Amino acid sequence: MAIAEPKSNDKPIVLDDAIIEGAEKLSEEDIARVINDMIKTEGGARFKAYLNTCMSCGYCSEACHFYLSNDKEPRFAPAAKVKQTLGEFTKKKGRVSRETLMQACEIAFTECNLCRRCMMYCPFGIDIAFLMLFVRRVCHKLGVVPRYIQDTAHSHSATMNQMWVQEDEWIDTLQWQEDEAKDEFPDLRIPIEKEGADVYYSVIGPEPKFRAQLIYQAAVLMHVAKIDWTMTSSPGWDNSDMCMYTGDLEMTARLKKVHFESALRLRNKRIVMGECGHAFRSVYDVGNRFLGWKMPPIEVVHAVAFYDELLRENRIKIAQKFDRPVTFHDPCNIVRGQGLHEKARNVIRQTCETFIEMEPNREHNFCCSAGGGVINCGPPYKNKRVESNRVKADQLIAAREKGAEILIAPCHNCHGGLEDIIHHYKIDIEIKFLIDILFDCMEK
Amino acid sequence: MKSIEDWDWAPGKKIVADMNQWQSDYEAAEEPYVSPDGERIAAIVKIEEETYTVCVNGTPWERTFDKVWSLRFSPDNRAVALVSDTAEWSVAVDGATWENWFEFVWNMQFSRENGSIAVAAQNARSYFAVLDDAPWESGFPSMNNLTVSKSGKTSAAAIQTIPLKEGDIFEFQKGCFSVAVNGVAWKNTFINAWEIDINPEDRLVAAEVRHTLYDYTIAINDEVWPTSFSAVWRPRFNPVDNSVTAPVKVAGGWSLAKDGELFWNGRYSQLWHHFYSSDGKKIAAIVAPQFGKWTVAENDKAWDLRFNEVVMDPVYSPDNRHIACTGKADGKWYVALDGKAWPTPYDRVWAPVFSPGGDLVATKVEIGGKYAIAVNDKLIDIPFANAWDPVFSPDGSKLLVKGIGTGEDEGKYCRHILKTDTLPRR
Ligand code: SF4
Ligand code: SF4
Ligand code: SF4
Repeated sequence: MAIAEPKSNDKPIVLDDAIIEGAEKLSEEDIARVINDMIKTEGGARFKAYLNTCMSCGYCSEACHFYLSNDKEPRFAPAAKVKQTLGEFTKKKGRVSRETLMQACEIAFTECNLCRRCMMYCPFGIDIAFLMLFVRRVCHKLGVVPRYIQDTAHSHSATMNQMWVQEDEWIDTLQWQEDEAKDEFPDLRIPIEKEGADVYYSVIGPEPKFRAQLIYQAAVLMHVAKIDWTMTSSPGWDNSDMCMYTGDLEMTARLKKVHFESALRLRNKRIVMGECGHAFRSVYDVGNRFLGWKMPPIEVVHAVAFYDELLRENRIKIAQKFDRPVTFHDPCNIVRGQGLHEKARNVIRQTCETFIEMEPNREHNFCCSAGGGVINCGPPYKNKRVESNRVKADQLIAAREKGAEILIAPCHNCHGGLEDIIHHYKIDIEIKFLIDILFDCMEK
Repeated sequence: MKSIEDWDWAPGKKIVADMNQWQSDYEAAEEPYVSPDGERIAAIVKIEEETYTVCVNGTPWERTFDKVWSLRFSPDNRAVALVSDTAEWSVAVDGATWENWFEFVWNMQFSRENGSIAVAAQNARSYFAVLDDAPWESGFPSMNNLTVSKSGKTSAAAIQTIPLKEGDIFEFQKGCFSVAVNGVAWKNTFINAWEIDINPEDRLVAAEVRHTLYDYTIAINDEVWPTSFSAVWRPRFNPVDNSVTAPVKVAGGWSLAKDGELFWNGRYSQLWHHFYSSDGKKIAAIVAPQFGKWTVAENDKAWDLRFNEVVMDPVYSPDNRHIACTGKADGKWYVALDGKAWPTPYDRVWAPVFSPGGDLVATKVEIGGKYAIAVNDKLIDIPFANAWDPVFSPDGSKLLVKGIGTGEDEGKYCRHILKTDTLPRR
């Protein structure tokens, strides 16, 4: 089942004005210089091995939700994405047209979630996500990046968070959530800048902006479990990182430095992160390494693993199990990235009466199609993103038919992506974070 | 400001406050903070619903507030907190508030020499700094990285000069950020400005800046270095000759640049938090000579010692002859001196403190769920439920140890003055 050559008219249509505006400023010489420089300086052994090893066998194609959802259109096959981007770059020795560059940008940013599902099906373990990230870094260096995600990267650089949240707005959110929670739990605190606390809790930029109730729920969880915890008032509070996805790794490094150093400065024992997949990838894998830390300099625990630990150690007790049937979406970044799937299931089994597995599941789960910064590329790409994930809709419909009424997804991006899919394909299922369930069921 | 010589250095133990009492006196008492001289302990306390104040040595401030946060002691032993009354915010110093009130205040900082107090403040979405109750004359659309000079005379911050519409990426890339010194913005704008250093005479201000998406450099008093790098970290002034150095990333790794030119020959996997000896003759930094292996380098020469997780808190001894730091390897923390790690693994260590003669290094440590003070890696036999950084007397003959006791001293905050010649030695 070798992959078919993409037809010449099978090309992505550039949908983002900023890609066009960015490319218009470039000459072919500029493009060639940056591509060749990148290949020379950052195209190391792994890059070359991946490019040279691919046999075009096409085993990876059926793994990709883009390919499957677009009626197996050849250009959406993982290996074809490489062919249309890096394949062109290397074949033409970097001298590609603006048109090709824009299409490469479109493919790498909006037609691949960097979810690494395909890698599991490749006999050589070729990491297509790694190669698409390489393309994105070329695009970053050339200033050809979709507008919305680039704006997010700018926010990161100016504020150290992804949503242009000002320092006072962040602290105000924490105090406001503390006030709200005090109505229910008079001696509850959200301890700010507490030196020496065991746990440093960090979240992603959208929480104070759109989902402040998650901070409330986390505070109640910490309070009930009697955790000695803190949150920082300094700009290290946001653990998210869209710069990792725009290819601005220098900024990724700065963001992660600020994050880790705020916890190290407070001498906290470990960082517990809220329910986010890509932030975990950035803190636990990409950012720390780019700074020279083989492992994070301070223990990092994802929310899913933390809840599992609280339940196993009996620090929280379940008053009444959640009685509506649930299914679970495994976020790529904590499952393929960190193997947290059994921990997630342990939490679900302890908190929910009826659990219906989605098929396929665990590390074989399909991505939500929001990941890898695709949802952050914004409205121009919403339709393509949702239509390119019919397989996820099929998975959800099947789970719904088996009786699932609730879809649990412990990742912010997954939430956004799944929300759109549910809406578009008119699936009658409600989506929740894992902490929504815990909060509902635990003894308070 | 009462100088350290005038602190009570008479050997012995003093129970300053019984914290058990606080728990019954108030609806709630938050985590306490201790003054540098150890004579005062304070905590934010709740009097009743939405009524808070600060309790110092058992006595509450007269005035109460709707909210109190960020309680800390200044270097001159005053208790300072951020307080709010009817939705306005100010700074309270030993119970007395500043005259000025704002929509919000945060990021409280002290100058090292005279205990000046700086905060970031916001009114009507305009951002500015306030130094000892004097607000900057102009505000900005946003502000970060507030920095106060050692003398307390200068405050500076990275500021936004041009407001941005959401998603206007090309406007952003023209440069909408700069640096303001005492409220006056530089003329140059940058894509970003970040960490700042102010020279000892308050004459020069240096900042990390990015002037394209890819070019990072250092700007000093509104003038940028002619060279750019693919990344930089915080610049530092030489304390004697005012030259500026900064970690910079070049082909092959990180190195140190001085006044715009490469200064060190070594290329490191990482190099940051460099610092000078007080005579300005030596520079040391935290470095990773290889990926994942951390140590300290002095004048471009790395110690042989390696920690596989992290190195922190490096500091010169007052006589500039020694460097101490902390480091973590395989989950345990150690104290290191001049390239050798002391053998005791701790669960946590705090920043090392040198004696004036440089022969002793004292650190707060956590071991087996208790806190203690270690001197040259030997534990002083006073277990604490919580402790604060130790302080040597100026003549080095005494050590001030501060902590909340255990056993019969449970819940009691004690101040101990120990003679250094009686301390266990390594
Ligand atoms: S979206 Fe996932 S499966 Fe498809 S090419 Fe990208 S990494 Fe592979
Ligand atoms: S990436 Fe792997 S599975 Fe896909 S076509 Fe190439 S060799 Fe085959
Ligand atoms: S958003 Fe969720 S499902 Fe999608 S890539 Fe991220 S973790 Fe995976």
